[in-house]
This record gives sequence, C-alpha cells and structure tokens, in this order.
Amino acid sequence: MLESVIPWLLAGFIAVLVAGMLRRISLWRAGQPQQVNLVAGLMAMPRRYLVDLHHVVDRDKVMSNTHVATAGGFVASMLLIILVHGFGLDSVWLARALLLTTVVMFIGALFVFRRRLNPPSRLSKGPWMRLPKSLLTFAATFFVVSLPAAGVLPDGFGSGVLAFILLAGIVAGLGEMLFGMGWAGPMKHAFAGALHLAFHRRPERFGGGRSTGLKLLDLDTSNGKTLGVAKPTDFKWNQLLGFDACVQCGRCEAMCPAFAAGQPLNPKKLIQDMVVGLAGGTDAKYAGSPYPGKDVGNAKGSPIEVITEGLVSQETLWSCTTCRACVEECPMMIEHVDAIVDMRRFLTLEQGSTPGKGSETLQNLIATDNPNGNDPQSRSWWAADQNIPLMSEKKEADVLFWVSDGAFDMRSQRILRSFVKILKAANVDFAYLGDEERDSGDVARRLGDDATFQSLAKRNIATLKQYKFKRIVTTDPHAFHCLKNEYPDLGGNYEVLHHTRLINELVAGGKIKLDALTTAGTVTYHDPCYLGRYNGEYDAPRDVLKAMGIELAEMERSGFRSRCCGGGGAAPITDIPGERRIADMRMDDIRETGADLVAVGCQQCTAMLEGVVEPRPQVQDIAEMVAAQLVEIEQPASKREVA
Amino acid sequence: MSRDSIKSPAATLASNLNSSTGQTGKPLTITTLVSVGQHPKSGRARVADQDAKALELALSLSAGKGTAAVGKGEAGAGKSQINLIHAGTATAEQQLVLRGYLGMGVGQMRVLKQSDGADVIPVLVDAVRKSGSDVVLTGSRAEAGEGSGMTPYLVAQSLGWPMVPAAVEITAVGSGEFEILQALPRGQRRLLKVRAPFVASIDAAAAEARQTAWAAGQRGALEHMTLSSNDDAVLAEAAVEPARKRPKRIARAKKAKTAADRFKAATAKSASKGGAVLVKESAEEKAEAIYQMLLSQGVLKAR
Repeated sequence: MLESVIPWLLAGFIAVLVAGMLRRISLWRAGQPQQVNLVAGLMAMPRRYLVDLHHVVDRDKVMSNTHVATAGGFVASMLLIILVHGFGLDSVWLARALLLTTVVMFIGALFVFRRRLNPPSRLSKGPWMRLPKSLLTFAATFFVVSLPAAGVLPDGFGSGVLAFILLAGIVAGLGEMLFGMGWAGPMKHAFAGALHLAFHRRPERFGGGRSTGLKLLDLDTSNGKTLGVAKPTDFKWNQLLGFDACVQCGRCEAMCPAFAAGQPLNPKKLIQDMVVGLAGGTDAKYAGSPYPGKDVGNAKGSPIEVITEGLVSQETLWSCTTCRACVEECPMMIEHVDAIVDMRRFLTLEQGSTPGKGSETLQNLIATDNPNGNDPQSRSWWAADQNIPLMSEKKEADVLFWVSDGAFDMRSQRILRSFVKILKAANVDFAYLGDEERDSGDVARRLGDDATFQSLAKRNIATLKQYKFKRIVTTDPHAFHCLKNEYPDLGGNYEVLHHTRLINELVAGGKIKLDALTTAGTVTYHDPCYLGRYNGEYDAPRDVLKAMGIELAEMERSGFRSRCCGGGGAAPITDIPGERRIADMRMDDIRETGADLVAVGCQQCTAMLEGVVEPRPQVQDIAEMVAAQLVEIEQPASKREVA
Repeated sequence: MSRDSIKSPAATLASNLNSSTGQTGKPLTITTLVSVGQHPKSGRARVADQDAKALELALSLSAGKGTAAVGKGEAGAGKSQINLIHAGTATAEQQLVLRGYLGMGVGQMRVLKQSDGADVIPVLVDAVRKSGSDVVLTGSRAEAGEGSGMTPYLVAQSLGWPMVPAAVEITAVGSGEFEILQALPRGQRRLLKVRAPFVASIDAAAAEARQTAWAAGQRGALEHMTLSSNDDAVLAEAAVEPARKRPKRIARAKKAKTAADRFKAATAKSASKGGAVLVKESAEEKAEAIYQMLLSQGVLKAR
C-alpha cells in the first residue's frame, strides 16, 4: 500500500516545489537587470559550492562536517528516492545505497540536533529549531521505508498502523525538504544559495580571488531612475537572490563591530529585512537577535515601498563601518556592504539626509577637496621642512608618494615624516603631488555620495596622467583601496602599494637595515580592515615587524578576522550612538594580549585607538617604529671623505 | 550709494505658497533671493551660507514648522510652491552651484541672466513684483564681489516694503502677520511683528541649512531668462582692491588685574552712558532729541 502512494506523494511535492521555485524566481526578477553568464555560472556552481563555500564553512570544523554529512546525505538520498520509490527501479543495490545515504544524513542531522539543544545567540530560532527534527524524520522514515526494497525486510512490511506512521513521516520530511525549499522554509537556502553562487555579482571572489571595490553608480538623472536603492526592486536581481540565500547562521552578527557596540545594526537582521522587502510582509516571524535597541515586529515592507520608510531605519544603515567582517565571514558569500552603500546612496544623493557631520564633510570635499575644509593650498605645509621633490617639477619618479588627508592632521604628519625618512634612507627615487593631490574620494563614497567620489577620482586621475611613475605608495589604506580597486572603473590603473609592503621590500633588498627593537615590551599588531580584508595585505606588516626582531602577541581577532577600530565607512562622521565605542572594544582586544605597544598601519586606526583614554598600550604606526630603528648603512663614498 | 552688482553674484528669492496672508485666504508666496557664494579657504564658488539659510527658513515656513495658527490648519488650503530666483552671469560653473539650492528641495529656479558687472537690483525688483510675493528673504551679505549687504535694503526700498535685517526665525501668525525673531549683538533676540509684504535678510545665526541632495539638484530646472542688463554706474567708477583685515576693537580694561577681567571688559556689554528715555514727550521733542544727538555725534552737520 505504502509503495503505491509514495510515487504520487513524490510527484505532488516536486510539483509544489517547482511552483514555489518559479514564484521565488519571479520575486528576484523584479530587481534591476544585471548581466550574468547563465551557463558558465551554472557550470561553475558545483566548484564554487564544494570548494569556495566549503572553505568558509570549514572555519568551524564540526559544523562543516555536519553540513557535509547532512546536505550530502540529503542530496544523494533524494536522487535515490526518486529512482527507487518514484520510478520503482527494482534494484537491491540502489536501495542499499539509499539506506547508506539516509544513515549518513541521519548522523549529520544528529549533530544539527545537538547544536540546537543549546544554540548560541547568533543562531536564529523559530522554524530553524524545527529543522533538525525534520531532517531526522526524513532520514529515519526513508531508511525504514527502503528496508524492504533493499531486501532486508520482507515486502509486506509496513502495513497497518506502521504504514500510517511512516506516511506521516514521509509527508513531514518531504514537506520540510521540498515544500519548505520552494516556499520560504529554512531549506530555501539550498535552492537560493545554489543559484546565488552561480550568479554571484562578484564572481571574481571565487577561486581565491578578491573583489572589494564598490560598484560605480550611473549618475544619469535624466532617465527617471532614482540613484541608489530606495525600494527592494532597485537592487540588482542577483542581489535580491543573494539576500534569499541567507541561512541565518549569524556569523556576521558575531563579527559585526557595530552590533557588539550596541549600535542599531545587525547584518543578519538587515539581510532578513531585505528578504521581507523583496517578498512583502513584516518581520514578525524573524526569530534571531534584533537590531540592538529596536524591537522586532514593527518593520513592514514590500518590493515597491521605500526601505527606509518602515522597513529599516536610517541609523541602521549609517551604523556600518564597512569593515567587511560580515562579508568575510558569510558562508553564503552575501555582500552586505554593497547593499548598505547602495541604500546610503539613495539617502545622500536623493534625500539629502546624511546624518551627523556628513553634510558638512561632503560640502567641504566639494569646495576644498578635503573633508575638514582646510585650504587646499596648505596641503603640502606638513612637508615644508622635508625637501621632497614635487611631481610637478620632477615629472618622473619610480615611486609616487600618495600622502592622503593625513597631511592636515598633526598626528598623521608624524607617520608621514617617518615614512619620508625611511624613503630617503633607502635612496628611493620618489616624489609627491603636493597641493595637486586631492582626497581620494573614499569618505564621500562610503557616505553614499558617488557624485563627489567620481568628481574627485576623475580629477585625481587627470593629475596622475601628467606624470610618469612606476608605483604609487601610500600610508593610508583607505586611499590605497580607492586607488587600487575603485579607480580602475574610471580609467585609472596603477600599481599601488601600502607603505609596509614597500618597507618590507627595502628591508629584504638590503636597502635599509633595522636595529632590533628590544625596549617596546610586548607588541601586537592591529590589521586595518582596508588593508587586510579589503586587500589581503596581512604578511608585509608582520614581516617588517619580524625584521625588527619583534615576536607578535597576536590578538584572537587578527588577520582576516580583525575587528574594526570604528573609523571606517565614515562612521566617525555620521556618529550613530551605541552603548560602547568600537575603539574601546578593540583596545580591550589589544589589552588581552598584554601588549605594551600596538603596531598599526593606518592613520585612521591610529587616531581611533589613540582616542581611547589612558592608561592603555601605546599606539604607533609601523613607519614610525621602523624610522626609529633605522641603522645608517655606511656609504663607501662618505667613508673616504671622512678619511 | 553703492549698489549690489552682478559681481557680487546676485541674490535669489524662494517663493513659497502656503499659509493665508489676508482675510481672503490667498496662499502665501515667499520669495528667496540667492547668490553664488565663495568658499573662504579655497575661494571656490559654492552655495552661499546665508542664502542657503534664507532658503531653509523659507522651506520650513512653507512646511508650517512652528506655525500653530497657519501650518497645519491651512496646509490643504493653498498648495505650497517654491520659486527661487537668481540674477547673475550664471556661467556653467555657477549653474552647478545654483543646483545646490535646487537640491534642498525646490523644483525650479528662475535664473535672470545678466552681463558681468551689471546692477541686478532692477531685475530682481521686477521679478519680485511680478511674482506677487508676500515675503522676500535674502542673505545678509554676498560672499563674493561687492558684498555690500545692500541688496535687501535696495529691493525693499524699490518695492516700498519694510525691511527687517538679521532675521533668525519667521513664523506666520495668520491674517498676513508674521513674527520675526531678530538677532541682535551678543546673542540677544528681539521679537517683531510685521505685516506682509516685507523683505527680511537672514542672519548667520539662523538655523543651519538642510543638506542638498545632489540628484534632486540635477533634476531641478534652471529657467533661464536673459534680461537687459543695467549698468552699475557706481561700480564702474570704483577701484577694487583686496580687503585688508581690520583690527578688532576691544574695550580696554582700565584696572584689569586678571585675564578674566580683561575678557569681561572685552566681551561684556558696555553700560550706556548718559542718554535719556523719552516716552511721554511729543513727537517734535523726540525728533529734536534725536537731531541733537546726531549733531553731537557728528553724523549731521549743523546747517
């Protein structure tokens, strides 16, 4: 009896699944067009799933193995179920293979169950608490149902009361796995996730690549389109697809500095709110951590309603430091920062509602090319006593020194002077732009003002075009990122180095010699987000410190998991209140290592960390440390003169 | 008397239709005159600070902010409309700046194109007259060019309207009457009641202007009108030279022993010396007293 019902059940559930999938696809297609290579994407998908995604999941070994067993077991079981029970293929070996796959899935599901016994706060509850039970039911039921086909039990097995129990199990299992997959149950992540990997907006990220520069905004206002994202349908269709791929694991939430500081941002909730927006409805069913200080259940949205009018508050979008910790940690490779900046673009360019000092900063950038409204003719004053060759006079140099806005800040000037000292000691052929330099546009872009960013970038590119140089070097990771990753979209292609990389080269090439630094005590290193996560530069600063004989006491959150100092994404300008300051939390991370000195490679990080009240470890840029340890390399020529 | 010319890039009026001005319930029209400013550090053209504040005041007056009698009750009666006017050379670079005002939330601006060095007062007066404005707002002083601060006075004089300098807040109180909070030196304020139509110049102490939304500014319309320019005879004769920084007048503390004493002497309001309060006297007596005072101060010469 059971054997005759199962094929119809299967067919029915698969039909419902397909209907659900088509509806979901129509929701994504409401987004803006974006060219993707459908065939190549689908072909690349298995590799992206098995290799790239697995690498991220594998940071948690137990969970990774659990997922391999459960998901692998499920996919194999489902295929075999269709063959064995759907088409009724009479093969003992297929049925035995099915027994094996359901066992594997069951074991995996047991681990899922175990994790759900006492789930960490970052995990969403609600329907997700039901999932392990559904997985167990599915695996156990189909194990038992397949026993006769495998020849373990006689064919007549499974009649009467047992048949009803098994039938209930089949319906429950297929309901969760197939109906739920198509109709926004927890299993939606498998379907949406697979397509998200295939049609990802940044395919460069797969295969070990990196793609971190923000996408250029089309500034054409004549075609009636709003700039930036006002409504969910203003996102690209594959961004909407990406939101749907979220598994609500909360790894982003655990890493988010703004969430930890009690600012009203939770990346996971934000993505779920985007899902609410694209499908329409309220967030009442959301069962994870809220935005700090905001109750769940009040957010409403639909694909054609403005997101910031009822779905997500503006402060949520401005709390982000764009540190990319969430993106780095997301096992589904969702692009939170892109979405946030897209929505900020609408707020700034269309509504003119940049909070805090945002408006003033943008006005200054427009009128003076620097964020604090300093006289652009005073940009080179810091170097009055440095005797640095000007590009406008020299026209050609090996290295162009990009000074950045630290030129106006007395603390940052110490870093700049130190670096110049190093460059001179190593006889590097370098020059700088002096007053011709402008802000790179980093802050304007993070504030959502792509018009000002593009204006600054284009003028900078025109200036750079006049001169010949091999490489650009800068002490500011934000300018580094802009020049390297965001200027190419506007026609500026340069080889850009962070100063630690150049110093490392000079040390390795014997151009400078460094004394061992023995008096500093315990030293730790803070990875700036725009140097590390944005550009993958983790080694050069560590190598330089090693060259000074320093053994680093690494923080728990270092390297790709480094915690933001709170100074990125124009967060100090918009200044959304929280319960704690991000810089204070980062200083606590530093204190935990027992460090007396924290080495930094970014003037913003230096400013943020030094803003923490004393007593605290000292904060120094690597350039300052190196400049202090320089050993004069005796020149043969000068030796003769002395003699 | 010197006149504001094009070189001090003009002034603009934002008109706004909203609250009723008279018994008839006609929608209110506010006009704001705006100019092209100049950044004090970089010298680049920018949205003029005070003019943006004037527009902000016009916008909040139109939104009925703080107008208990008018704002909410009659918001539906008259549809609010803002009409910005600028008179000047309106070069391509200046037009980019003018879009900054549009980005504050005004759909269009009338740009009265004038030749370089022209006297813009006549065209502004003409534009205000035709607009049927009740209220005309301007900044106190242009940031570039002549910057004499005479524009609002001259416009008011030509129209025959009262002129209120240094306004920081304007509230419609109904029946065509407005309460204007006026800024006085040392943070003092004075509340005036004025009947429309009137001209007011906005003090730097007024509320900060709202942020300009770039895209809205781009979409807004600049309605160009080329009008015949009037020569500025006064400016034509004048020689222009860079301004010199004048030393600040500081009251000298006579017996100041401490820095606090000197600070107090330099900042405290000086007590009035002498003078008389004339209240009950006749108008002739009051006029005589003022005349004598002006004579004694050397403002007027005895005939």
